Amino acid sequence: MSHRLSGNEAVAYAMKQINPDVMGAFPITPSTEIPEYFADYVANGEVNTEYVAVESEHSSMSVCIAAQAAGARSVCATSSCGLALMYELLYVAASCRLPITLACVNRALSGPININHDYSDSMGARDSGWIQIYAENNQEAYDNFLMAMPIGETPNVRLPVMACMDGFITSHAVENIELLETDAVRRFIGEYNPEHYLLKKENPLAVGPYDISPYYMEHKVLEAEAMKAAKARILEVAAAFEKISGRHYGLFEEYRMEDAELALVLMGSTAGTAKAAIDKLREDGVKAGLVKIRVFRPFPGEELARALAGTRAVAVMDKSEGFSANGGPLFAETCGALYGLKERPHLIDIVYGLGGRDVRVEDIEKVFGRLANIAATGETGPVYVHMGQRSREEIA
Amino acid sequence: MKTVFKKPESLTDAQFHYCPGCTHGIIHRLIAECVDEMNIRESTIGICPVGCSVLAYDYFNFDMLEAAHGRAPAIAAAIKRLLPDRTLFTYQGDGDLASIGMGEILHASVRGEKICVFFINNTVYGMTGGQMAPTTLLGQVTTTSPYGRSKDNEGYPAKMAEILAQNEGSAYICRTAVNDPPNVMKTKKAIKKALQTQAKGLGFSMVEILSTCPTNWGLNPLDSMKWLEDNMIPYYPLGELKVKEDR
Repeated sequence: MSHRLSGNEAVAYAMKQINPDVMGAFPITPSTEIPEYFADYVANGEVNTEYVAVESEHSSMSVCIAAQAAGARSVCATSSCGLALMYELLYVAASCRLPITLACVNRALSGPININHDYSDSMGARDSGWIQIYAENNQEAYDNFLMAMPIGETPNVRLPVMACMDGFITSHAVENIELLETDAVRRFIGEYNPEHYLLKKENPLAVGPYDISPYYMEHKVLEAEAMKAAKARILEVAAAFEKISGRHYGLFEEYRMEDAELALVLMGSTAGTAKAAIDKLREDGVKAGLVKIRVFRPFPGEELARALAGTRAVAVMDKSEGFSANGGPLFAETCGALYGLKERPHLIDIVYGLGGRDVRVEDIEKVFGRLANIAATGETGPVYVHMGQRSREEIA
Repeated sequence: MKTVFKKPESLTDAQFHYCPGCTHGIIHRLIAECVDEMNIRESTIGICPVGCSVLAYDYFNFDMLEAAHGRAPAIAAAIKRLLPDRTLFTYQGDGDLASIGMGEILHASVRGEKICVFFINNTVYGMTGGQMAPTTLLGQVTTTSPYGRSKDNEGYPAKMAEILAQNEGSAYICRTAVNDPPNVMKTKKAIKKALQTQAKGLGFSMVEILSTCPTNWGLNPLDSMKWLEDNMIPYYPLGELKVKEDR
């Protein structure tokens, strides 16, 4: 079915097709529309979800944890400070191995307070044990949300999934989208039949009890193993999804990378801008390419190293700061991934677009200009820079 | 020539961004007038909430600090304890104060923090687009209660003034409305009394001000005032609930 939907509408529609058991709801810009659309579905009897409108995100995630522990499928949507307020519970959800699905509509974190897009919110939660999948556009936001449960609910994974999209850019812009039939979605998602849940009389259970040092580490190792196992499962689910949708997904998308010498590594909607810049540069004979990271947790380090092995210069574009004094989070991961290569490309980090600052095709072309210069001279220059500042001379 | 009317010194020249018919503008002005009349502008610090009045620091002509959602009372209490000779107030909506910030407001009152809270109750989350708040009336249609709030699913509207009036730490608790000129004048009186309560060091004070949200209620400004009178005042009765005269 072809439709025109905003990213928020698309995700709300995916939730409706899934018909989850419970939704914990609390509004925050720009994810607010998701629980709003869903409230209509509930009120109209189009889903039989228990809709719990709570007083904060700390409580909405608590609702999801409790519901999932009781054997129900639960969903939630949030952004920015809302995700930050959930922080304590994110770790609880992951460590209790509760495969909740959260639509994270990315927005800059306070302070100063800002409602526009960057990844500071979900990047802050990158080590919480949640699988993180990022969308470039509305279609991917919809598709990723549908794939989340088959990934997270698999017994050897059993981890919560954050399906992320860019606030306003993706969440509010209306685009053409292909929707699946609801029957096909329900067959694809299947029934949720967890092995363990509260009040299962054959198997009395405590969820999230005190875990002392002789046991705690074993549980954390199991969680780490589950995250490793998730990588293969994400690809299995993507293959199954391709069969019903015709749309192909991997851990990341390689765009014109087959012979690329200069490459970008970035996430989300900026990929669209980057692809336009790359097409232009390719016409001029520049061997430019892009790796768009789709799955950030688990991080596809080995696969990324293979994808970048043939390049001469790579710019990682981080749309969140990180304040490590050593580059943004995507840069750190990419550096780590490339370390094992015998011959590594030159690598720089460009932090851009914080708090919704625009990035244009010309900006991306400038980045490639710098990469071409690095490849030609072998001089990397400043490794960690900020692009698009009003008051500073541009290095990037 | 005698000046009979002028903009309070405590308001800046910035134009309010509020929707037509919204009563934030009236309440901002009343607070500014009281601060002017008590001659405390140079020693007043306001705390902004998250909500429609998130930009209140653009309108008040004194120092203001932006709090995280719901945390304004904790912020105000900390400043007041460090700078006890300053006048501290928070300006909070029902999403900020009665929902995500329920813990902070209760404990500020329990501890008897010597701050003023101006609580603007319009029964919805305004800024995010009219979702159900803890103060939403039974049967009231919002974007997250499309067929009206039901007591079975969502429970009953929270009466914040009554809740806070029970606490020993609360020195002055009053509920007013800004639906007509007499009530606007009563609201101003209550705001001043709250500020005087703080000046006397008597304890925590809150003025709950019943307000409108024409945009999210889907009513014009006049009908909104009528809706407030017909629906809100019967459930949220006006008047002083707690008045502590001395320490």
